[in-house]
Amino acid sequence: MRHLIAALSAILFASPAFAALPEDGAINFQPAATRIAERIHDFHLVLLWVITLITALVTVLLIWVMVRYSRAANKTPRKFSHNTTVEVIWTVVPALILVGIASLSFPNLYYLGVTPNLGQISATSKALLAEGRTAEHLAYTKNYFPDAAEKGFVNIKFQGNQWNWTYTYMDIKDDSDTAVEFVSNGIHTGRPSDKANYEAATGRTDFDSQPTNYAVDYPMVIPAGRYIRYYTAAADVIHSWTVPAFAVKTDAIPGRLNEGWFLVEEPGVYYGQCSELCGINHAFMPIEVRVVPQGQFDRWATLMKAGDFDAAAASVRQIASIASETKLASSN
Amino acid sequence: MPMDEIALDHAHAHDHKPGFFTRWFFSTNHKDIGTLYLVFALVAGIVGYSLSGLIRWELAQPGIGPLLWIQTSFFGLEGDAAITAAKHMYNVVISYHGLVMIFFMVMPALIGGFGNWFVPLMIGAPDMAFPRMNNISFWLTVAAFILACISMVVPGGLGGNGFGGGWTLYPPLSSTVGHPGQSMDLLILSLHTAGIASILGAINFIVTILNMRAPGMTMHKMPLFAWSILVTAVLLLLALPVLAGALTMLLTDRNFGSQFFVANGGGDPVMFQHLFWFFGHPEVYIMILPAFGIVSHIVSTFSRKPIFGYLGMAYAMVSIGVIGFVVWAHHMYTVGMNVDLKAYFVAATMVIAVPTGIKIFSWIATMWGGSIDFKVPMLWAIGFIFLFTVGGVTGVVLANAGIDHTLHDTYYVVAHFHYVLSLGAVFGLFAGWYYWFEKMFGVKYNSFLGGVHFWLMFIGSNVLFFPQHFLGLQGMPRRYIDYNEGFSTWHYVSSIGYAITLVATLIFFFSIIEAAVRRRKATVDAHGHGNPWGEGATTLEWTLPSPPPFHQYNELPVVTGKGGH
Repeated sequence: MRHLIAALSAILFASPAFAALPEDGAINFQPAATRIAERIHDFHLVLLWVITLITALVTVLLIWVMVRYSRAANKTPRKFSHNTTVEVIWTVVPALILVGIASLSFPNLYYLGVTPNLGQISATSKALLAEGRTAEHLAYTKNYFPDAAEKGFVNIKFQGNQWNWTYTYMDIKDDSDTAVEFVSNGIHTGRPSDKANYEAATGRTDFDSQPTNYAVDYPMVIPAGRYIRYYTAAADVIHSWTVPAFAVKTDAIPGRLNEGWFLVEEPGVYYGQCSELCGINHAFMPIEVRVVPQGQFDRWATLMKAGDFDAAAASVRQIASIASETKLASSN
Repeated sequence: MPMDEIALDHAHAHDHKPGFFTRWFFSTNHKDIGTLYLVFALVAGIVGYSLSGLIRWELAQPGIGPLLWIQTSFFGLEGDAAITAAKHMYNVVISYHGLVMIFFMVMPALIGGFGNWFVPLMIGAPDMAFPRMNNISFWLTVAAFILACISMVVPGGLGGNGFGGGWTLYPPLSSTVGHPGQSMDLLILSLHTAGIASILGAINFIVTILNMRAPGMTMHKMPLFAWSILVTAVLLLLALPVLAGALTMLLTDRNFGSQFFVANGGGDPVMFQHLFWFFGHPEVYIMILPAFGIVSHIVSTFSRKPIFGYLGMAYAMVSIGVIGFVVWAHHMYTVGMNVDLKAYFVAATMVIAVPTGIKIFSWIATMWGGSIDFKVPMLWAIGFIFLFTVGGVTGVVLANAGIDHTLHDTYYVVAHFHYVLSLGAVFGLFAGWYYWFEKMFGVKYNSFLGGVHFWLMFIGSNVLFFPQHFLGLQGMPRRYIDYNEGFSTWHYVSSIGYAITLVATLIFFFSIIEAAVRRRKATVDAHGHGNPWGEGATTLEWTLPSPPPFHQYNELPVVTGKGGH
């Protein structure tokens, strides 16, 4: 019955889900999908202006001296070689610019680098509201999502292997108290036989519509609007887990358990690729993250716990919108 | 023999050159060794540049193409075996491209080539302090290069010949887990040998510069190129032993059962990265500082003006060298460091922008008020200043750990370090080549060819590397043989840029042959000096004939002028 509901919901409430893929000819970041990415992109934009202006200044000065002081324009060179004033200026001004950059850089670094203390977030949010500091509360909400904080973390371990990812959902355990765990393989390996292998293994015919070098057989699935706390580990050599749209990247290193966090509000499909050279198939161990509404995630988790990985993967092939999920929940 | 006969004999021997074999294989003459280094760097450069050609050829279009064709056509492989071999070959190509360019092209050319040639000439010394050590430095470098080339063609690991773990050699990919074959062991041996050669060379330069300056040439009157080589040599001396230590640990991990970097044995792979980058970051300054020195002289010469802020320029290099040792972990923001530690490395890294800015602005101030002659070396020097600025400012972007969590190991990083190295160090190298060509070889290069070489290289390398910023921002990871169609356009443009630089490079080699065939006589100025550049060229090498005699400064020059060069 559950399968039926999942399939039904997929058909009835299918919406063209957002997919984070590189755009040919684009010259900037992929659209931001997390608050971390928004902040990093905003900061990068400021930096881009600063470095463009500095480069423009150097270029203009270079062109000016080349025109004004060419041998044709200036027969007799002057002989000065010191000017304390300008030397002090071009030491102090860049230093001040760097202090300015650092003052923008550190808050963003600490924002992404420190996993939030969720208990504290609720308390702080309530305190701000109680004190009537609505503007501050709004800003705080934008960065720290008090509603999501109430629900706690979804904990997932990403283990890099040569050449695929193993995802372990520590919170989702089946009857025998075993955490849901599965291996996610890229369906492209650069071989002509990829299509035939895919069709033989899955019985599906949609190989050509899958994004090259990004699609996987069993995607990682997370609920939208929830705090994700992830741990990275590696079985053999160093790998690196990243999704550009999330602006997070954490190396997966043998013998270490690295930690990070993110929160995606918008359901959709987000892609990334292993980002630390790991051997022959380094280019062929992609990361596919399907961000789905909580209800769809719960159904996926139930199927996973039952061990029906294929049905689970099918249940998130179409990503429901938050609105349709709400409707489904009320009709249930 | 009575004393006067010895003196007479010596005078006769003044420009007596030994026979071919003795001269070029047992050489103890700094100029000949410098020439050997330059020839060696040209050969290694052809290898490194061809490898980059394979990369751009493969990446011109999505899919695995040219390397697969090589595997099927030349190695007779078919099917999946050929594809696996092609993937491994790509990793080998990128790894050796980096290693060859760094250890066997840029360093031998800038330090071994120009350093050997011009440090003694500029400081008024008859030769290097330890001529025989100089010889062994060179031949060890050759041996190291041969070892590296052999390691490229012996079994590497699970996929084929050669080591395919990147020039950074991170374990466990470089340990027996990732590359069980002999290739990596040979590569370690090669880098050890190259390291010994560099350490010996560094000692030689430091001793020469500290002890053999002409009478009257105080440290603060020493030419900036000698300063740049001094700072570089100190960096080499302090950084290379750390690399040697890391490599030795890797070697014993691989062969003798130690577990320095093996997690199951209580070791830590990240420790290798710390050691590697403690060497690796100073290494990037080792490659760029000599270019700074060269560009300073060229800018001053062709503006006919003394260097602006000489002391500031010298101490900017010293401070870049010092700070270069305390910023290494900005290459490792994503390994899981404590956030406070990352914040420290952000701050320390950005500080380097200050002395670098001083250098850029001082070069412009040197030109300001000058009478600039746009001869070929000056074109390269101005190109260097512009391109190094572009590479420098993207370095400030990457210094911010927050942004680096997105851009780390993407093409943005590739674009950044090629702007500072491929367009920075290499433009400095070509600037020095054209600046000193006549002095070294006694014949003139063809200015037209030199100009065409510059413009094609300037346009080509910008077309090659600028779009890689866009690829990186869009999320294209480094060291990928294949990519999604969404990256096609800029990869294609980038490969066209390579084709333009290929034309430029062919013209460069043609210009060498042309100069060798035509043998246009070097300039002799009104004072009888071999100085083609006029009054702006004030350093001591321009007081000598072109080429300089086999042994120069039998009577040491006395430096009386005020201020430095």
